[in-house]
Amino acid sequence: MTLILENVHKAFGAVKAVNGFNLSVADGEFIALLGPSGCGKTTTLRIIAGLETLDEGRVVIAGKDVTELPPRDRDIAMVFQDYALYPHMSITDNIGYPLKVRGVSKADRDSRVAAVAGNLQIGNLLERRPSQLSGGQQQRVAVARAVVHHAQVFLFDEPLSNLDAKLRLEARAFLKHLQREVGITSIYVTHDQAEAMALADRIVVMQSGEIMQVGSPLEIYRRPANTFVASFIGNPPMNLLQCTVDTGQSIIQFAEELAIIRLPENSHNTIMNVKPHEQVTLGIRPEYISIRAEPSATTIPGKLYVIQNLGGEILVIARFGEQLLSIRMFQEETPELPEQVWLDLDFDHVFFYGANGQLLQ
Amino acid sequence: MKKRKLTLTQILVGIVGVIIAILFTLPMLWFVFAPFNSSVSLSVAIPERFTLENFVVAFSSEVAMRGLLVNSVIIGGGTMVGTAIIAAMAAYGISRGNLPGRQIFTTVLILFSSVVTGTASMIPIFLLIFSLGLIDTHLGVILVMIGGLLPAAIFIVIDFVDGVPRSYEEAAMISGAGPLTLFRDITFPLIRPGLMVVGIWALVNAWGSFLTPFILLRDPLKVPASVAFYVFYDPEGTPNIKLVAAYAVLYTIPVVLLYLLVNWRYGFSFFGGIKR
Ligand SMILES: Nc1ncnc2c1ncn2[C@@H]1O[C@H](COP(=O)(O)OP(=O)(O)OP(=O)(O)O)[C@@H](O)[C@H]1O
Ligand SMILES: [Mg+2]
Repeated sequence: MTLILENVHKAFGAVKAVNGFNLSVADGEFIALLGPSGCGKTTTLRIIAGLETLDEGRVVIAGKDVTELPPRDRDIAMVFQDYALYPHMSITDNIGYPLKVRGVSKADRDSRVAAVAGNLQIGNLLERRPSQLSGGQQQRVAVARAVVHHAQVFLFDEPLSNLDAKLRLEARAFLKHLQREVGITSIYVTHDQAEAMALADRIVVMQSGEIMQVGSPLEIYRRPANTFVASFIGNPPMNLLQCTVDTGQSIIQFAEELAIIRLPENSHNTIMNVKPHEQVTLGIRPEYISIRAEPSATTIPGKLYVIQNLGGEILVIARFGEQLLSIRMFQEETPELPEQVWLDLDFDHVFFYGANGQLLQ
Repeated sequence: MKKRKLTLTQILVGIVGVIIAILFTLPMLWFVFAPFNSSVSLSVAIPERFTLENFVVAFSSEVAMRGLLVNSVIIGGGTMVGTAIIAAMAAYGISRGNLPGRQIFTTVLILFSSVVTGTASMIPIFLLIFSLGLIDTHLGVILVMIGGLLPAAIFIVIDFVDGVPRSYEEAAMISGAGPLTLFRDITFPLIRPGLMVVGIWALVNAWGSFLTPFILLRDPLKVPASVAFYVFYDPEGTPNIKLVAAYAVLYTIPVVLLYLLVNWRYGFSFFGGIKR
């Protein structure tokens, strides 16, 4: 079902947990909420679920204004960040509870519980109590309880954060498959960017209760709309360098260290929007910096800091003035590099952000 | 392990302890043996001639038996159920409602508990029950008992409700549960140990209360066992010790049995908090 959040505000005392949130989610769309701890992700989910009252704004599900409706009338399923499994019920009863409340017969319930539990590899734990499970097992029970009933909207609050890498991939695949198959609109909170990239149709990046950018995973990765998103998305994130640009002569002067770049002829358009001598931030992803032995017009000097072999790719960290820059090289062998290197910036993939942090375009 | 030498003080403390223990045990021993003795005195003695006759005589008194088997059961049960239900609802409201000044409120609750059924308030209570037309009814007694027990009961149950994380209820709400379903399926089972404590405690209080039923009930056939003891006293006020002893045993057994049953079936807990 479609889901619309319109100008949603929610404050706890002085803390603006959600501040002017606008989002329109299409039917069957999978949205990932990404952002640092405390930025209001859980609060946003709780607002959709009806567990928090709004200070301002509207929540619309399937074309119906549900702002004033209690949670039980919204037909929503949610995985809580702290699981919230009922300690006095067996795992079967925990997972089957949403079905029981809706009056599904015991036999029906049991077969659906068994199916979901099997998919999440907790089928052998059904007789136990939550206190007898590990953290990761409890988390999968919480996921099972949410998806056992096909609600109008799924809300996941970091549902896989406690699983090991392998289980996580399998659970992720199951959720994605289920969501595709049943076509349920989903909002998924995660700290794991790879997970957000893998699952989401669109990613919403939040900071301090506000939306910083909404877009497809590729858009967000390729064209961060501001320095916050640039420094948050990507592992390692985008390199950001303070500089001023002399647009007339196509010269970039860095604040960090005396270094000047004379732009190549064909890439002048990237600096068209920069005002002359304005303080701006240059952003470039680690994969678009290459290491040269000799200086050229588009290089800046760097001192080798550390080399990490990540298996399949090499991460070089170099010092430029006071700042550390990451450079990604796609090769298997750890290269032999001199102390003094020259960092060549690929100006087809450089962004400029204004003093307010917004992308200049 | 090294053997520890007892100091003189430790020995003395031990001896004093034993003496105190004996002092407390003697009445219990009397209580166990006396009803079966055909010639009871106030001293503890193992019966020479074992007899059940005291019980037979006690059973033959209609006031005593009605008191024990009917009236005490009604008053005790009513007080138990009423206190537990009202305390659960009140504690839930107080815990979840985020009352301002809640700490003070709960402290005042505790203070009130000793006032309401105290001897000092007997006249106002009598007048109140009288004007409600509940004199000589079990309901009147039950209401007064509940009123007296509620403050402390609420105080205890609040702790249990506080121990139930909100997210359990929120999860159930999202699953589609309304307020009553939610209470039945989630909150009630989780605070049940607390309600058991409060319920049994209310029962024991009602079972043992003398003053309230004595003042509010007129008809001898309506008085509970605690008051019915009086039929074993002669008009001058001298007790028939044999019968009093036998009746006392009968009077005690149901409460002990109930305690054991509940403890075995559900277990008691005197503070909130949930094993996860
Ligand atoms: N009930 C509450 N009372 C007061 N402040 C709250 C409450 N709930 C959340 N907050 C505050 O609102 C802000 C947003 O909290 P929220 O739980 O939504 O963050 P989050 O993005 O889910 O963080 P995390 O990734 O750590 O789970 C935080 O600053 C938090 O301290
Ligand atoms: Mg959170």
